Amino acid sequence: MSRSLLRTISIPVAAVVIGLLIGAVLIVTQDASPATAYKALLIGGAGDSDAILRTLQKATPLIFGGLAVAFAFKAGMFNIGGQGQLLVGAVFAAGVGFGIDGLPMVVHLPAALLAGAIAGAIWGGIAGGLKATTGAHEVIVTIMLNFVAGNLTDWLAANPWKDNSGSNIVARTPLVEDSAVIPTLGAVPVGFLLAVVTAAICWMVLERTTFGFEVKSVGHNRHAADYAGIRVGSIMAMTMAVSGLLAGLGGAVESLGVDGRFEAGVNVGLGFEGITIALLARANPLGVVPAALLVGLMEAGAARMQFKSGVAPELIDVIQALILFLVAAPIILRWILRMRHDSSEQVQLGAGWGKS
Amino acid sequence: MGQVVKLQQKRLLYMGLIAVLVLIWFFYRANGPQTTAVLAGTVRAATLLALGAMCGMIGERSGVVNIGIEGQFLLSAFAAFTIASMTGSLFMGTIAGVGMGLLMGWVLAGMAVGLKVDQIIAGTVLNISALGLTSFFYDRSRSLGMGKYTNIDLGPLADLPLVGTVLFSRPPLTYLTMALLVVVHIALFRSVWGMRTRAIGEHPGAADTVGIDVIKLRYFNVTIAGGLAGLGGAYLALEAVGTFSRAMSGGRGFLALAVMIFGRRTPFGAYAAALFFGFTTALQNQFQLNSTFDIPPQFVGMLPFVVTIVVVALSGLIGSMRDPAALGQTYEKG
Repeated sequence: MSRSLLRTISIPVAAVVIGLLIGAVLIVTQDASPATAYKALLIGGAGDSDAILRTLQKATPLIFGGLAVAFAFKAGMFNIGGQGQLLVGAVFAAGVGFGIDGLPMVVHLPAALLAGAIAGAIWGGIAGGLKATTGAHEVIVTIMLNFVAGNLTDWLAANPWKDNSGSNIVARTPLVEDSAVIPTLGAVPVGFLLAVVTAAICWMVLERTTFGFEVKSVGHNRHAADYAGIRVGSIMAMTMAVSGLLAGLGGAVESLGVDGRFEAGVNVGLGFEGITIALLARANPLGVVPAALLVGLMEAGAARMQFKSGVAPELIDVIQALILFLVAAPIILRWILRMRHDSSEQVQLGAGWGKS
Repeated sequence: MGQVVKLQQKRLLYMGLIAVLVLIWFFYRANGPQTTAVLAGTVRAATLLALGAMCGMIGERSGVVNIGIEGQFLLSAFAAFTIASMTGSLFMGTIAGVGMGLLMGWVLAGMAVGLKVDQIIAGTVLNISALGLTSFFYDRSRSLGMGKYTNIDLGPLADLPLVGTVLFSRPPLTYLTMALLVVVHIALFRSVWGMRTRAIGEHPGAADTVGIDVIKLRYFNVTIAGGLAGLGGAYLALEAVGTFSRAMSGGRGFLALAVMIFGRRTPFGAYAAALFFGFTTALQNQFQLNSTFDIPPQFVGMLPFVVTIVVVALSGLIGSMRDPAALGQTYEKG
């Protein structure tokens, strides 16, 4: 077990180390000291309870986004629509959060979370359903749905659900009621705990249930799964719905736990980072948590890094891209680490846009 | 039977074309300046999409999916802007943009064809890298002292009503794109290279048997296609906007993929699709400028994406559009 675990984590760990090393070279080109910059990054992300709170807050949507992508990966599908699913989840959770008052927290908060989750599930389910019934490729459909979600949520936040208090001209909803706010326990946001529990549930579903087995069978070999009597179409549709549900839940937690409302343009890009997280975690739900914590820490510490060493916070994006590249092309790392080839390391999503 | 379908499709196409021309004439009579503005905006917005679609098309015809066009646009726009700003020459900037596009095409080929990374993941790596690199190296103090590419009037043609402004008074890269549409069409469907390219996209094994080097041709094609996306980046920074800003490609690299599929992986089909998408963009801008109609701009903005979803779904149902058979598969010499 320890040997195989070591093998599993050696590629991502090596990717992170090499990513940070190349990042250090970039820091030097900016006339700054890598040691100072990285120390500031670390303190900014984990130095005190405020920093830890920031890191956990940043990591939460990354966990949900990473789980969404990882879950779809298991069925051999690529959900690039986490962004759109997150947006609709965020806006509908906020809608229920501010739109209803007088409910006790035990009812209101779960209802708001559920609204976000369902919105995300529908958004993902559209792509999955179309894939199952018409063969429309989920990548192209989810990309298109991202744009539709962007426009739809913009419109909701700018028109019917607009915050009309005072002199507000920004496209945003009012603050959610206190009974729909996700609380924070010390330095730990409850949303983060929810994310970790969700990761564990995802793992359980995939490894210990019939549905999980069917999902993985479809991912391994669609035709064999079909031959074995698994209803491939409905499994693909359900997988995308679950994937969307996860991303939507991430958006709901952003609205209810971090921002306190939905504001157009605030969550841009969050959905795409799920791809990096899922690949770094090698599509393992349990690996998503440490991967998200790592990236969350870098993002939380970036501001302090800029303040202390003058290095632009966008360095984090470059390092993320490097890590992603190295994880996606493990052949380079294997060559550096002198490892044997293992075909299970390569993630393969397969064919073109249409039927397959 | 296939012949009948083709004939019907052709008739539909001509009928659609006539309907569009009649509509344009109707609107032009009703409101000349506004119609001209919308159509000019349509052509303007279509150029980038057409270049991206041609990039995607050459890759896919050879069996390689490229969802990294967005990143290729962005990094090429950055290179074009930076070099143009440093040298003070728009031409040098354009060359740099194309060069960066070629380089990124080569990197994509290296990952997807050489290292056999999943093609969709390879493209995603390009997108995320481009966003990171351009954000990190972006220097706010740079600008184009000499301004962006300006319109060139094509002699007396430019004085014609409506079409003069819309088609014959355009900046240089737009003309170049229109010429490239013809070049790529001829190359894909009338040349040996095109035949070989389509062969390695449909049945690489068979192509290999007759002596085509599949790996080498895929490398070459994906790299060259990157040059087209690079020109798109240069167009974006030096002709459309005249500056660089973070994430300025704004999803149009993805849209170009939809345009490509919509246009059945043919240059002219893609241009027609690009014009349609461009039209909705131009219409949206016009709506925002003067609120003639009471339709929220967000809903106009949604239109092309919803239409794409419907088209992709329908084409799957009818089966009228077929992917190249070997699309998305890495090729291993047997």
